[in-house]
Amino acid sequence: MSALPTALQIVAQQFPEGTTAAEAQDIAAATNAAFAYGLAAIGPAIGIGYLVGQSVQAMARQPEAAGQVQTTMFLGIAFTEALALIGFVVFILLKFV
Amino acid sequence: MNLESGARIDGPAPVMAVAADLAKRSLWLVPAAILIGGIGWGVDGVLSTLYALAIVVANFVLAAWLLAVTGRISTTLMAGAALAGFALRLCLIVAAVVLVRNVAWAELVPMAFTLIIAHLVLLFWEVRHIAGTPAFPGLKPEADLPNPYLPTDTSPDEPSASTSSPTVR
Repeated sequence: MSALPTALQIVAQQFPEGTTAAEAQDIAAATNAAFAYGLAAIGPAIGIGYLVGQSVQAMARQPEAAGQVQTTMFLGIAFTEALALIGFVVFILLKFV
Repeated sequence: MNLESGARIDGPAPVMAVAADLAKRSLWLVPAAILIGGIGWGVDGVLSTLYALAIVVANFVLAAWLLAVTGRISTTLMAGAALAGFALRLCLIVAAVVLVRNVAWAELVPMAFTLIIAHLVLLFWEVRHIAGTPAFPGLKPEADLPNPYLPTDTSPDEPSASTSSPTVR
């Protein structure tokens, strides 16, 4: 097991020759920020997919309630999207501040 | 499951009314944004918070417009537009922030926190507003619409067929 390279060593091997420690730290920070934002967007995407699927099914089952379902769906999407926005804020704070 | 693949939503789109209502409510947040941004970060903070507020409102309006337009074509397309629109709007928000990050007036901290706070405040405000009439298809932003669930004088035994209420066909 010890012969296997760690993830850090693999990442370090990707840096070109002459990369300073500060540059490597910047690259690592950018990578972490991108991963944080990407991971933060996965959950809301699953939630929105499920939410919209159930809403379409509800509209098909009860067409007269389509307006109410659509409004509730819109608000649900917006609430779910807030999670992705939180991930984006974390990305901004990690990357640029 | 009684789901037609080509079903579409006819009639008015209440989501656009909700988005317009959210945009109107965002005007009430402008003084708070100016106050907090000005106290914390000066003129740059004010501009940054107002920019973030504009991003939030544009995000709501774009989301509602996508749902309303695609819903008139097909509910299947609406489902696709909801998910693709989520990714598209996130990309637009990232682009809107990243493009101005090096501009002189851009303060990223108030901008980032305004994005979250304004988004959540407007949503909770709107939910509180429309939750008072949950059984009304047009919901509160179009409160002058007739309620199809209430019996009318002409045909009390049958539900009235309202042309202003959205239906799935």
